[in-house]
Amino acid sequence: MLSLVFFIASCGGSGNSETQPGEKSQSENKAQENPNDPMKNKGIGPVQNLTLGPLDQAMAEEGQKIYVLKCSACHKAEEFFIGPAPKGIIERRSPEWIMNMILNPEEMVKKDPIAKQLLIEFNLAPMANQHLTQDEARKILEYFRTLN
Amino acid sequence: MMKMKNLTLIGWGFVILSMVSACAPKSADQDSSPFSNDVAAKVYVAPGQHDEFYAFLSGGFSGQMSVYGLPSGRLLKVIPVFSVDAEKGYGFNEETKPLLQTSYGFVPWDDAHHPELSQTNGVPDGRWIFINGNNTPRVARVDLSFFETVEIIELPNSGGNHSSPFTTENTEYVVAGTRFGVPVPQKDVSVESYKENFKGALSFISCDAASGRMAVAFQVLLPAFNYDLAHCGKGASHGWTFFTCYNTEEGNTLLEANASQYDKDFIAAVNWKKAEEYVKNGKAHDFPTSYYHNVYDDNMHTATATQVKTVKVLIPSECPGLVYYLPTPKSPHGVDVDPTGEYIVGAGKLSADMSVHSFSKMLKAIEDKAFEKEIVGIPVLNYEAILAGVVSSGGLGPLHTEFDANGNAYTTFFITSEVVKWKVGTWEVLDRAPCYYSVGHLMIPGGDSRKPFGKYMLAMNKITKDRYLPTGPELNQSAQLYDISGDKIQLLLDFPTVGEPHYAQGIPADLVKPKSRQFFNLSENTHPYVTKSEDVAKIVREGNTLHVYMTTIRSHFSPDNIEGIKAGDKVYFHVTNLEQDWDVPHGFGIMGATNAELLIMPGQTETLLWEPKTEGVYPFYCTDFCSALHQEMQGYARVSAKNSNMALKWWTGSAK
Repeated sequence: MLSLVFFIASCGGSGNSETQPGEKSQSENKAQENPNDPMKNKGIGPVQNLTLGPLDQAMAEEGQKIYVLKCSACHKAEEFFIGPAPKGIIERRSPEWIMNMILNPEEMVKKDPIAKQLLIEFNLAPMANQHLTQDEARKILEYFRTLN
Repeated sequence: MMKMKNLTLIGWGFVILSMVSACAPKSADQDSSPFSNDVAAKVYVAPGQHDEFYAFLSGGFSGQMSVYGLPSGRLLKVIPVFSVDAEKGYGFNEETKPLLQTSYGFVPWDDAHHPELSQTNGVPDGRWIFINGNNTPRVARVDLSFFETVEIIELPNSGGNHSSPFTTENTEYVVAGTRFGVPVPQKDVSVESYKENFKGALSFISCDAASGRMAVAFQVLLPAFNYDLAHCGKGASHGWTFFTCYNTEEGNTLLEANASQYDKDFIAAVNWKKAEEYVKNGKAHDFPTSYYHNVYDDNMHTATATQVKTVKVLIPSECPGLVYYLPTPKSPHGVDVDPTGEYIVGAGKLSADMSVHSFSKMLKAIEDKAFEKEIVGIPVLNYEAILAGVVSSGGLGPLHTEFDANGNAYTTFFITSEVVKWKVGTWEVLDRAPCYYSVGHLMIPGGDSRKPFGKYMLAMNKITKDRYLPTGPELNQSAQLYDISGDKIQLLLDFPTVGEPHYAQGIPADLVKPKSRQFFNLSENTHPYVTKSEDVAKIVREGNTLHVYMTTIRSHFSPDNIEGIKAGDKVYFHVTNLEQDWDVPHGFGIMGATNAELLIMPGQTETLLWEPKTEGVYPFYCTDFCSALHQEMQGYARVSAKNSNMALKWWTGSAK
């Protein structure tokens, strides 16, 4: 309960808010003008470039199954839990960043400004490395695309 | 080269530091003084760096096996084997209890003496390590991909499984000879009838080449001498196993005097390839018996105990050529076969000298029928006909010998508390080094194999006395590490050891490290009570038994609030750790549990039985620090009266 309150207070519910550590909510327009646009941040990890094609429903369904097994202990699709809700993440983060956060969380929370800020906002609850393959992470990403 | 230099520099920095702090009192072991050489650098493993060797030391009366890094002497792990270990929940959780099942019931302790690595082509291969339980005769197998006990087999017709578990060249067998004669089968007879009613069984435990799974393939039933130690042949002598024995007098009281009457006892040479033929040809008797064979499945994370009711027994008088006795002076203790397989060193522990038998001379003596006599159909070979040489070192009480890669042997002497280096073949004494104090076994990495890795020698001492800061009457045992890479043995390091290490094994880290698992794959978890995700966490009531399907992840349990338990219920917490990362175990402790905690590795399921007797609300929590929110990883179990109507409910986050 405490973490929930904290999260709402610090994130203000704004989808495109996180940019630099210490900076708080900005308007959607400002975020787009900002050179540190989160959609341009690809994060740190194995995924360098990823272009998303049309939504693959079968892949998304597979992704949902993996998500339930490996992620749902800490993430709920539409509500803040131990970690952020994946709903709408496609609008807030680049696909590369999402993949790298899943595949390389330890380095991300140490070095990536957005991930660092999220760690603080979520009471230092670590993003667990569940050792998913790149293929599994990609399927989860596809599932996230359906959560809009 | 750069690295070496750096290390040396760091080493010297260390030396200088020690100089500042220690106004070194004159000590007896001047050789180890950091002032005179680079001893400190030789054992210095920089922070974050790894040791060159793994060393596996038996825990003696602790029943466990400890793992050290060499040359640093860092304690890496204590692997619970024959004794329960509350720290790890071993023998307390439902999954590992069957491992300690025996024909006497659940046995929570044993006395573990000799670790032995599995071998391929006579060289340690880093797959498994075996260790014997002496008191309630058993052999255990530890899987070195995850350093846990995966199998324990009990030995029928045995008492005091001491000459065990030494392996053949390809781990075809590990052997297990009984130290104490016992009636076979057990029966109510006078101890005075020892010679008539007691027997000594040598067991050959086969190991499946792929799985390592053990089975008592056959036993050889001998007179009730005390079969003390063993080693298997290698190279030319592959196919034979050698067991020392004392008390060939077959005394049954005051053995201290009565087992030391004869000038010579024996090494029993067993031709196990011949034994295989006899078994194949139907010469073995099926003896009715009862013993347990317990196997742990690392996907199910659960052990299963199975009772076995029969054992194949060979009687030497019916099987010519199966066993020969090699006369060996003065109650031989260790029997060690050199890397070529030609020389069999018998350490007559009540003498000064060691007799070295020749395997080729032994074969010749058998061919020539150079027998002194027969004992129940077992030929006793002529001592002179088989003797290769005698090592006269001037030491007293030789016990054990290991070998380096350069044709040298190293023997411990208990009474004179030293290790003597000698040349195999010439029997010439090359060097000697004192041990502090009263050395028992020694270990050179690969030192009982065809290809010793050499470099270091570890002496395991029986007496510690003043070597460390005192801790009252009870002291840890002590090991000493020596550099044997040069002509002279050089003492490098003292370190305390867990329990009483008897034998040990060493292996280059590179043969084990790459195979070391980091976690168990959750998708491969076949535990019958696994919970693979939080959405299927649940509680099922069956009469007064509750099964709680619980999960852990940093840092909460699911469910973490439970209601509807009733006083007198048997509550099984089946806890699955959903983590899939290295070094993220979670613990589970609940107030008033009369057993221990659980320590659940990532991807594993473990079960704790909790039997609350009185109403109330009881906290449970994670015992192994897991994250910044570890302290918050807690929950409550509400216990209502036995006759209450409280419905079973559980939730995490918000009440259902």
